[in-house]
Amino acid sequence: MALPRPAPSPRATDFDRRNIAWYIDKLVQLLVFIGGISAIVFVIGIFIFIAKEGLGFILGRFDFTEFFTSPYWYPADEDDPEYGILALIAGTASVTGLAMTVAIPFSLGAAIYIAEFASGKTRELLKVLVELLAAVPSVVWGFIGLSIMNPLIIELFNVPVGLNVLNAGIILGLMAAPIMTSIAEDALKAVPDRYREAAEALGATRWQVIYKTVLPAAKNGLLGAVLLGVGRGFGETMAVLMATGHSINIPHSIFDSVRALTATIAAELGETAVGSDHYQALFTIGIFLFLITFIINLSADLIVRGIRRS
Amino acid sequence: MFEATAINRRNQRTQRLFGILFLLMTALLVAPVLLILTMLVIKGGPAISIDFLFTNPTHGMTAGGIFPALLGTIWLVAVALLISVPLGVAAAIYLSEYAGNNWFTRIINLAVINLAGVPSIVHALFGVGAFVLFFKFGTSILAASLTLAIMTLPVVIVATRESLQSVPLAFREACWNMGATRWQTIRRVVLPNAVSGILTGIILEVSRTAGETAPIMFTGAVFFTPFLPQGIFDQTMALSLHLFVVSTQVPGVPDDLPYGVALVLVALVLLMNSLSIAFRMYLRGKKKW
Repeated sequence: MALPRPAPSPRATDFDRRNIAWYIDKLVQLLVFIGGISAIVFVIGIFIFIAKEGLGFILGRFDFTEFFTSPYWYPADEDDPEYGILALIAGTASVTGLAMTVAIPFSLGAAIYIAEFASGKTRELLKVLVELLAAVPSVVWGFIGLSIMNPLIIELFNVPVGLNVLNAGIILGLMAAPIMTSIAEDALKAVPDRYREAAEALGATRWQVIYKTVLPAAKNGLLGAVLLGVGRGFGETMAVLMATGHSINIPHSIFDSVRALTATIAAELGETAVGSDHYQALFTIGIFLFLITFIINLSADLIVRGIRRS
Repeated sequence: MFEATAINRRNQRTQRLFGILFLLMTALLVAPVLLILTMLVIKGGPAISIDFLFTNPTHGMTAGGIFPALLGTIWLVAVALLISVPLGVAAAIYLSEYAGNNWFTRIINLAVINLAGVPSIVHALFGVGAFVLFFKFGTSILAASLTLAIMTLPVVIVATRESLQSVPLAFREACWNMGATRWQTIRRVVLPNAVSGILTGIILEVSRTAGETAPIMFTGAVFFTPFLPQGIFDQTMALSLHLFVVSTQVPGVPDDLPYGVALVLVALVLLMNSLSIAFRMYLRGKKKW
């Protein structure tokens, strides 16, 4: 009687699952990976390309002390052009500073109201409103500064020019506030409900819960929201270009016209010859702006991440 | 029996006080903006007509319509979407479905945040340096749309990632257990459940892209051109830049014209946003898990 033949022992190829689906899977994995690293590639690309255009100036005409301490920006002067961005920095700083003094308390207050006080339909409505406000394009804000705020400021304060730090600061504040509100609201929502419940169980009123429990817990997230708002204001271009009055000035009062770093690039890039000192100087300002916003975003990220870990 | 003590009453008062204070702050934040939008409608409304939307500007842009600018904006947005949607969705799929919780993923996330935070004028400089000069696209729709696409990429990535992550892990596990590969799972289970969320993000991106001005100023949009764009290597007018031009660069523009342009732009952007919000709410109501 013949014994049944044993089944052939499995070979390595029998376990090979590399069929078409497997190859497609690997291909897709590669494709989405390329998509994933594209963000890194672009950020590095941005730096490389603006550095490349600005490099000639940095290596040649660039004078560190002059660039950062001279208030004279006369790049178009044929005999003796000067490239000092101090006045431009002062312009950006004064406008952003005023905007933030207006926007930070209001947007934090609004965030607390939306996250902790409002409920149901009111909250939904307010959230939608804030989101819509954040969507108004910056050129429209600039136009509002130009055509509505300008005559208003002239009339209210009896000043000759209404395009100044005050105008741009208010416009920028109104622009940055919705963004800060929604990020701050997210940060408040991220505080676990059991914190609130524990505090309420001890008999705390809602304000005590917020002040003693929620705000300390959300501190880092709120700081992150403020930083992102500052970054936004700092980098804003069109609104600042249209509402500041665009005159080079170290401001002494909020009724002085100023000029911002971003606005300078936007106003002058079109008039310069590619490769000229002036053109390269504008790219150098771009490098400066890139680095500052990079630092702001990085620290905002680190601060927000700090809260998650603890 | 439970009589409120003086301390209780004081605490209650403080709470009410702060509630009212924060409500006032919210109102003060929202009110001026609503006022401004109302003014835009009142002042710009009379300028808008079918003719305004569909005729060319005349008399050195001091009269006539905004048709070339409107068409140009549609071109710019469409080309930008063709670039940023595939790239952004791929990036989001990677981040949500493949990426591990490690330093590399953190760097990608940081890059996404940074891409969103870089000032728009720096994006414009990048567009000039990279697309206009280095890749020799010249000032064209292609260069401008590429710049816009890179700038708004984070919008697509963040929205898509969120909607992918809202698909429960159990759905994927069930599919993996049937022997499906990762990609089969994504295509058959994850994407169909997330597609409407992704669409919401895309609509949001349309609104962002349509409103941007600085990134297109030097890369493809021009103040005025008598020709309508025929292809992606042409220059074009754009609505956002047109508003800047008629309100600052052209002398003798009648008062209501820039208001009309601003109103069209705001209406376009807010309409897209409302659509995206309404869509999101509808989805939230429909969700079964």
